[in-house]
This record gives sequence, C-alpha cells and structure tokens, in this order.
Amino acid sequence: MPDSPLLQLKGIDKSFPGCRANEAIDLDIQAGEIHALLGENGAGKSTLVKIIYGVLRPDHGDLWWQGKPLRVASPAAARRVGIGMVFQHFSLFEAMTVLENIALALPAQDVGALRDNIDATAESYGLALDLDRDVYELSMGERQRIEIVRSLLQNPQLLILDEPTSVLTPQEADMLFTTLRALADEGRAVLYISHKLEEVRRLCHRATILRDGRRVADCIPAEETAQSLAEKMIGRRIEQSTGNVPRQPGQPGLRIFELRTGSDAPHGISLSDMSFTINEGEILGIAGIAGNGQTELMSALTGETGPPSSGSIEIMGAPANQLGPVARRKLGAAFVLEERVGHAAVGDMTLVENSFLTTLEDPAFCKHGVIKWPAVRAFSDQITHDFDVRTTGVDALASSLSGGNLQKFIVGREMLQSPGVLVVSQPTWGVDAGAAADIHRAIRSLAEAGSAILIISQDLDEILALCDRVAVISQGTLSRVQPIHDVTPEQIGLLMGIRHDSIANEASRATT
Amino acid sequence: MLRLEPRVSHSVLAAWLSPLVALLMTVITGTVIFIAMGKDPAATLYIYFLQPLVSASGLSEVAVKAGPLVLIATGLSFGFRAGVWNIGAEGQYILGAIVGGGLAVFFHDSTNALLLPSMLALGIVGGMIWAAIPALLKTRFNANEILVSLMLVYIAELLLVYLVHGPWRNPQGWGFPGTRTFPDAAVLPVFFAQHRLHWGLILALAAPLLAWFLVAKTRFGFRVRLFGSAPLAARHAGVRSTRMIWMTLLIGGGLAGLAGVIEASGTIGQLVPIISPGYGFTAIIVAFLGRLLPLGVLLAGVVIAVTYIGGENAQIVAGLPKAVTSLFQGVILFYLLAFDLVTRYRLVFRRERGPEHA
Repeated sequence: MPDSPLLQLKGIDKSFPGCRANEAIDLDIQAGEIHALLGENGAGKSTLVKIIYGVLRPDHGDLWWQGKPLRVASPAAARRVGIGMVFQHFSLFEAMTVLENIALALPAQDVGALRDNIDATAESYGLALDLDRDVYELSMGERQRIEIVRSLLQNPQLLILDEPTSVLTPQEADMLFTTLRALADEGRAVLYISHKLEEVRRLCHRATILRDGRRVADCIPAEETAQSLAEKMIGRRIEQSTGNVPRQPGQPGLRIFELRTGSDAPHGISLSDMSFTINEGEILGIAGIAGNGQTELMSALTGETGPPSSGSIEIMGAPANQLGPVARRKLGAAFVLEERVGHAAVGDMTLVENSFLTTLEDPAFCKHGVIKWPAVRAFSDQITHDFDVRTTGVDALASSLSGGNLQKFIVGREMLQSPGVLVVSQPTWGVDAGAAADIHRAIRSLAEAGSAILIISQDLDEILALCDRVAVISQGTLSRVQPIHDVTPEQIGLLMGIRHDSIANEASRATT
Repeated sequence: MLRLEPRVSHSVLAAWLSPLVALLMTVITGTVIFIAMGKDPAATLYIYFLQPLVSASGLSEVAVKAGPLVLIATGLSFGFRAGVWNIGAEGQYILGAIVGGGLAVFFHDSTNALLLPSMLALGIVGGMIWAAIPALLKTRFNANEILVSLMLVYIAELLLVYLVHGPWRNPQGWGFPGTRTFPDAAVLPVFFAQHRLHWGLILALAAPLLAWFLVAKTRFGFRVRLFGSAPLAARHAGVRSTRMIWMTLLIGGGLAGLAGVIEASGTIGQLVPIISPGYGFTAIIVAFLGRLLPLGVLLAGVVIAVTYIGGENAQIVAGLPKAVTSLFQGVILFYLLAFDLVTRYRLVFRRERGPEHA
C-alpha cells in the first residue's frame, strides 16, 4: 500500500441556501479498500461524493490525490484523474442497446474493438451482459452492470457507488459484492454509499459515518453490530422493535381475486391474475424489485385509473371495482402513496390544506360544499402532535418538511381516519431511521387494533420485520402468499426474478 | 456566468410587492419613453396616471372600464388556477353581448321590468355557450383550449359584424352599422345623471367577493386549486379532470358574457361592430397582476383601467399615439413576470474556476 492515501479530503465545507451540507469533513481512502460512507438521509453523503466527482465545488477544504493537491472541475475531469461513479439513478437510454449506451459515454472508437474490450472487462469481473439487447428489457441489476462496466472501461482507481443495492435482488447484490471485492483485490478503491447496515458489515473494510453534515465516527464495520452502526448514524439509542406478534386474524378486509389490468404506458406492466386476501389484524407484504407492477397494483387498488379489466376488488366485504378513490375510502380504505410530493401531498399547500386532501368528503370537515377549516386545522394539529411531525406549524407548506417528516404526516393523516384497510407503498423510502421506526410502530399498532394492512415495499428487511405473510411481485404476476416464518430472504430473492402465472393460478384456485 | 437558483423560502411579502414594484418600474420606463419622445415627463405622467383619478368624471370612467375587466378576470382566474388556459374571453364577452343584447333588439319597444334581468341571464348563457365549445373539444378530443378559444374570438367578432350590418341593423339608422338603441327597460341605470357610471359596477364588485368565498371556503374552490397545482394529487382526491375543465371554462365564459351584456346595456346602449377595446385580452393581464386572487383582481382591474383612461387623455391632451395604452399594459405585464421570477429564483453570478488540476 502506498504511503499517502489514494484520496484524502481535508476540512471540506459546503453550504446551500438554508443548510450546511458538509462541515469540516476529513476523509481518507486507501488503495485496495472498500470504504463505506454511512449516514441517514440528509447527512451530507451525496454532497460529499458530488464534490469528489466534480459535480459540486467545496466552499472550503482541499482534496489530495496520491499525495498531491487535486482539483476536479467537472465529472469529466474526475474521470480523467481516475475517479468513476455509478449513480443511484441510472443515466441510460431505454430505447438503445447496451452497446450503444456504453459507446455513447466513451470517446469515439471502433465498435468491434469496443465490443471485445467490453466483453473482456465484463468477463474478468463477472459482469454478464448481452450487448445487443435494448435497455428497457433489462432488469435493474443488469442496468447497473452497464453503468459499472462503463465506468470500469475508463480504468478508474476509485469507484464510487451511490446506494447501489437499493434496486437489486439479494442475488444480484451478492454478484455485485463479488465484483467489488475483485476490484479491491486489484488495488482499486471503492467508496460505497449506503444506509443498509448489514451489507456494509459484510462488504466494507472501513466506514466513515456522517451525521448532520459532520463526520461523527470512523469504524471497522465487521467489528460493529447493525444496532451499534445505526446508533452512530442517528446519534441516539434505538428502541428494539417488538417484532411480528401473531394476532388473531378476523374477517377479510381486502380481497383481490384474479385481478387483471391493461397498461397504457409504453413500458408499463399489466397485472395478470393476482389474488390475495388480507384479514383484519393482518399485515401482508408484497416484495419485489421496482418496476414490476407495484405502481400498477397501487393504482388498481386506489381506483385512480378506473376499474380493472377483469377480476374483483372487495374492500370490507363490499365490491369496489367500479369505485373511485373517494368511494373506496368511504368503504373504509386508506392509502399511503409512494410519491409523496405531488401525489400523496401537495408541496405548495399548507399542512392544513393537505390534511383536507383525503378527507374532503368527510361530513366532519365539509358540509354542503363549505369547508369547516377550524375542524380541518384541529385535525392537522392532531396529526402533527400524534405522529411527532417536526414543523414550524400547521400553516407550513408541505414542501418545507423533510422527507421523513412529510411521510409521518401522510401516514398520520391516513391512520387517524381509522381505516379498516390500509394500503401502504414504500412506507419508509428515503426516510431516516428514527422516523422509519416510528412509522413501523404505528403500522403495527394499527394492525393490532384490527385493520387489514398491505405493504408494498422494495425493502426486504422492512417486510421481514413487519409482515405476517409475504408474496413477491414480478413482471405483473404475484407469487404464492406464504407465512413470513416459512421463507428465507434468499427464497424471496429467487422469486423476484420469475413470472408467477402458474403458481398464482394455483393459489387463486386454492382460495376459492 | 449568470444562473437562476430557486429560493428556499417564498416570501409572501415579495409576492405582493412584486406587482407594486412592477408598477413603479412601469412609471420609470414611461418617463424614459416620454423623454425620448420629446414630451415633458412630469406633465405626461400626470396626464397618464393621475388625471384619471382626480376628477369625478375621471373616476367614473375608470370605474366603467374597470367593471368588465374585473368581471372577466375574476372568471379567468378560476381557469388559470386550474391550469385551463382560456384565452378567448374576448369572444365569450362578445357572445354575451350578442345573446343578451339580442333580447333588447327583439323587444325594442318593451317596458317589461323582466327584460333587463333576462338579458343579464342570457348574457351569461351566451358566454357559456362560447366557452362550452373549447370545453367540449378539449374533453372529447383533447384539443388545445388555448387555440380553440382564441380562434373563436375571431368568429365571434365576425358574427357581431354580420349581425349589426345585416339582420339586426337599425332600420332607422341611415345605413350605419349598429342595432336599434335599447329601450329604457333594457338599460342598466346610471348612478349620477352627468356620469356614465352604471349599476354594472355592483355586479363587478360582487363577483370577486363571491369568487373569494368559492376559492377560500368551498370544496369546489379547493378542488380547482388542487387540480391546478398537483393533478395527480387531485386525481387521488377524486377530482375529475373533465368536470374541472368544464366548470372553469363555464365560469370564465359566463362572467365574460355577463361583462359583455353589461357593456352593451349600461355603457353603449346598443350593439355596434366594436364593443370592446380588447377587454377580454387585457383581463388576462388583470388576472395575473391580481395574483389570480379575487381581491387582487379587483385592485388590478382599477390599475389597468387607469391605463385605458390615461391613454385616451394622453392622446387628446399630449398628442401621444394610441399605441401607448397597449405599450403600457405590455410593460406592466413584462415587469410583473420579471419580478415574479426573481421572487422565486435568485440570480447568481459565478465566475468559472481556473484549471482543473493544480
């Protein structure tokens, strides 16, 4: 190992209007190590890597590369120095082939030579790619491989990955880890940004933990527990969640039978023959990788996109196929949508107005078309109080809340309507660990109070922690619903990659 | 390098200051223009902006002009809030005048007290019919309401010209285009014998009040705002887009039609080939200058009315061209949009850093 670190950051400061994203951050990355950058949402991880990759410039502080001062004015400059980056959101053209996407990012060159070059790189790191397929056909894991290969072709000494496993199945993640270990063994460095503690413990040699823009700890992840890492991240003790307590299931709350939908979107997913029943007091989890029909299932359940092509939806025993969102709410359903701003809430409306958003047909809040604003205000006060929403007041705009606080507000708004059926999509996506724990507790206590709850989540840990039963959605089909204790994460991961038509049909026959 | 960065917090004060600053800048720009034209800026500005406000007859004329602007802009604000761009209020205004005024043409010797209320109601219906065309085409065929409503303006103008030259021409009018003058029962009474200010003013004041109630206190108003600022959230809240498009276009058309029949009845007293100095288009400026808020529209209507009267005065007294009125209205809108931009964004000047490697 060389004497000076591969990359060294000294006293990095970066402020944005209204927030100090990075404050006096020191960081050093050695050649040949996989270095984790850990922190909650908003801790300053993204800002710091954008500075390293030349997207942002620090207000103060220096970067050193192999012992020499370094200035990166742009991502192109960073790549020339030997810094590569794979972003969380891919920059790929869906209508182009893998080869075309890679060629676009590189200097013009002979396609035949490039093809050989890609094949060689892909093979030596175990990154299987079919160069002639169109990107829209590929899974998220395959798309990520394109991005990684694209970076590796530029022979980086440091590869930065931002939340790389958030879109991967457990199997795909394992393949990624193998690749990353191979890179480290060659003497390259990897900067690995994540908030998934278990994988950081398995993969990374060292970790730097950020909180509120400051570096708060350095540690060796293998010597820590997930619990101790999480406490370093959020800066306080976390109460252990109570785990899934078996409850007495009651009457069917939400019943879906052989549900089918068409899809208008160009690369949209159609749902085929989905069946499941959730009884009162029960939490069902639907796991799966993004883009496999979760969005379509959610809009079929809310009724926003009209009735399904065939099959049936029953809410609290009443047929709901032909009903819109408001009528379904009247039957006792409530929905927490994945997209917070613009769908579940309106950014440029106040919290008071946002709490009227899903209660606008409630006679307690609106009579003869005239809104009872004092009652709505009292309701929003109750939400912010009961769900610990940190805000300057209920007259604050929804857009002024952090992601976690807005999610608590939305979850609170739906739960305080005491729904018989609660459908939640991505309950803690982008939410900090403290708020996530609060939301999980609230979901559990609602189930204990007798609601039927459906959780659609890409976060397998969340499903394992919360749900009584689990099914996997893949390409618009649903696997058999199984008790959570009968399956391992690996089995669930395997189900994420295959269509379930035959299995789903069996399951639906079994329930009739 | 100049860049625009979104501001973190939006100041309510700035949102209200921006129209005022826009007006101030318009006055300053006016000074420069007057100097360039070789006019005495102080005297010309006085004629333009203050003279309309210092005499009873000036005030009466300002109110007469502000009335239709406020009525139309109040209606348009609903559509603009909901993201439904009705640009054809001028046409709906003309149709209101035709349908409502037509009643007075047919019953030109009537003394029935119901004539006037019926005309006002028919004026609303006429404006609504004209606005229903873009609504139907948009909801059925997704036709762009901006183009459809705008093109219907020209059809309405030509229809009016045809009627007053042809079938509705006054038989005792010595061949001049124009209908018979309306009977007394069809004319909105004036407040003061020597001024043109008429009872239409009451309706022009009532409309923003009613609109304020609808927007701030009712579920309908909430849905309109929701539909405009977050269509997906609106869909989730059960707001039907077809219904919103119809409702906002009908409100805009109805109030424009009402303004048209009020103008024909109260201010003109008959139908003539040209019954509007572009109220339907100017009302778009009024709506935005008033922040699409009912009471803001009321204030903005008065300000823009002053530019009409001031423009007329400036033509007569200072010998300025007629185009000065449109120029001022355009300059006001320009500054308003500019200041809106800087209240939402801030200009950042940043010098590019030097070499990439040290």
